[in-house]
Amino acid sequence: MRHVVLERWSRGESCVHRRDPRAKIVALITFLAVVATAHRALAWLAPGLLLLLLAGLVLAKLPLTGALVRAALVVPFTGVFALICWFAGEPALGLRLLAKSYLSALAVIWVVATTPLPALLNGFEMTGVPRFLLMVCQFLYRYLFVISEEAQHMSKAAAARGTAARNWTAPGPSFRAAAGALGVLFARSYARAEDIHRAMLARGFDGRFLQLHSEHFRPADTVFALVASLAPVAVRLTVERVVG
Amino acid sequence: MTPLVEVHGLHFRYDDGTAALNGVDFHLNAGETVALLGPNGSGKTTFVLHLNGLLRGQGRVSVSGLTVEPKNIPAIRRKVGIVFQDSESQLFMPTVLEDVAFGLLNRGLDSVTARARAAAALETVGMCAAAARAPYHLSAGEKKRVAIAGIVAMEPEVLVLDEPTASLDPPGQRSLAGLVADLPQAKILVTHDVPFALALCQRAVFFQAGRIAAEGPVEEMVCRFDWHFAFERSKSPR
Amino acid sequence: MHIPDGFLSTPVWAALDTAAVPAVAWVARRAQRGFDDRQAPLLGLMGAFVFAAQLINFPVGAGTSGHLVGAALLAFTLGPAAASVVMTAILGIQALVFQDGGLLALGANIVNMALVGVLAGYLPYRLGGAGEWRRFSIFAGASLSVVVAGCLALSELLISGVKMQRSLVGISLAVFLVSAILEGVITLGVVRSLERIQPTLLQDSPPHKSPALLFIAVAAVLLASVGVLFASQAPDAIEQLTDHAGPRSFGWLRQAGTGLAGLALIYGVCLAIGRTVSRNRSV
Repeated sequence: MRHVVLERWSRGESCVHRRDPRAKIVALITFLAVVATAHRALAWLAPGLLLLLLAGLVLAKLPLTGALVRAALVVPFTGVFALICWFAGEPALGLRLLAKSYLSALAVIWVVATTPLPALLNGFEMTGVPRFLLMVCQFLYRYLFVISEEAQHMSKAAAARGTAARNWTAPGPSFRAAAGALGVLFARSYARAEDIHRAMLARGFDGRFLQLHSEHFRPADTVFALVASLAPVAVRLTVERVVG
Repeated sequence: MTPLVEVHGLHFRYDDGTAALNGVDFHLNAGETVALLGPNGSGKTTFVLHLNGLLRGQGRVSVSGLTVEPKNIPAIRRKVGIVFQDSESQLFMPTVLEDVAFGLLNRGLDSVTARARAAAALETVGMCAAAARAPYHLSAGEKKRVAIAGIVAMEPEVLVLDEPTASLDPPGQRSLAGLVADLPQAKILVTHDVPFALALCQRAVFFQAGRIAAEGPVEEMVCRFDWHFAFERSKSPR
Repeated sequence: MHIPDGFLSTPVWAALDTAAVPAVAWVARRAQRGFDDRQAPLLGLMGAFVFAAQLINFPVGAGTSGHLVGAALLAFTLGPAAASVVMTAILGIQALVFQDGGLLALGANIVNMALVGVLAGYLPYRLGGAGEWRRFSIFAGASLSVVVAGCLALSELLISGVKMQRSLVGISLAVFLVSAILEGVITLGVVRSLERIQPTLLQDSPPHKSPALLFIAVAAVLLASVGVLFASQAPDAIEQLTDHAGPRSFGWLRQAGTGLAGLALIYGVCLAIGRTVSRNRSV
């Protein structure tokens, strides 16, 4: 699955990796807001912000081509809309959409590729996301691979068993096999949740998940948050003053 | 010497009415390692779940002098540690260290102490290097070790392992046996792995249809119930 | 229909983020059922299930296959509050790990798919799940969850100034309808499979005698969604928006207002129907 690559990158070592997730989240949201609210001089702003992100990627010792390619995952979807705008007589709007969504995706990748997801999720608590929701996300991510593997096994088993009739005019049996597989997967996932709950109870769980608190915000983190947030703002102000 | 674990006349029925335990009497002394043998479905795992109150049946179950009843459950769950068969569902926290620290935090320890004790437990099982990793990426043997660390960190008096060597390769089984042998707690091993039981246990208890059919030294149980894999392909020519 | 960052205009994404925050806090509290965290593993696992379910192909003939979206199925098995939480978690993970949908646009995506989509999906089941129209309710709920989410997303894009001709909007609507029907059929298949394996997994719905309310509800939500979509194309609204770019102008209020109004309409329809049902039940 695609997320394996990001996970590997997030376990790397660099000055960016070592920063507190909360500092990176502050920088990310600022960057995204700068991109989202930009209207003027995008032709100059976009390359400027791209350079900033490239610098960030280099600092984080991340593979440049890998990251740039991965951000391009948004291109197919955005490209369709860009085409629509082109046909509607507004190609500039289409290009704006492409630039903005690409830059935003790359920024997210930069943060996710330098922070293990569990730590990143914990960091989001400062943005006001309910803790319960974050816990659900943690469990989701923890078991994502496990359940997906089960699904793949069942899919192969169902395919091997139920689809002698896998011709395209009679989808019935394969459809039923797929529906059956999903039903079983659902029941199994539900049962696994009960096993997990039992294991939790056996180790003294009494209703609240207690957090192993991470280390405190260090001065380096504050500096990083300030610099990384102000950088895109500075770039934008400069471009708009010079060009606008 | 009073036994660490005492069970008298334990009966249990599932919600649908099927009888799972039909009067089990059991005891475990400090320092002992006992094997629970028996066919699948004979009630071994069901029995073991009564020892920390996850299941409640009729009869008397007491651990370290405390009867298993609602007011004693938190204390009992600190005394009895169960390592379940499925490590994947037992290691449910996002990282190894957080998982091992889970029980410690629930005991009321602060983050710093919990972190230190968890690290020490991981050291005991030789899994220090994996502290920041996600459990999913570990091998079966590594997961089992981390699961054991999570239980051992809580310093229980009784350690229960449910089919610990299932899904481990032979070297993994050997290494696990070594680890388990070194743990000081009184142990209950639910297992089909006869060599494992022979190597580690002084005594075995044989479950059949929800009750204990016999108990005694492991070799005796193995012989009496023909509980071994001695398969010989017939020598007649094809 | 996950909206990436950069598509929505600031008033729209900001308004929806602002609307999403208290709404998500509310459903999270409800799903927790008394401030207990024990639901968290179950909901997380269900989210993982939905991800995994998207790997399974459902052949529907003529060489095409569909995938489960899952909002309605979650609502039928976990109830709407828990389903909303699971969908929100899914959207969050999709945005962060798979770059499927933006982060600033997350509020919009949550409102579309996890809040209104789930509600619209649950409504038919609540009204007709216990009667002879059960299969229709399940199908309708699943379809509605997709149609409503799609219409809302498209409306938000239109209000934000992404230009689309009327014909294109019509085509998109047709695509949504096809996906909706697929979702309905697949969800129905999975529900029936669950009924055979473990019927207790499905929520009970209160018995209701008249199917009329069911049909009216489905029609109302459908009309409201499509109505909002076509209203978003109103030329004067879009003129205003492309002219005003700064935060100090009326355009902000107009855009945000339009977006929220459409939302309120659909939500209001669902709520009104829900209240009517409760009143009827207490009689």
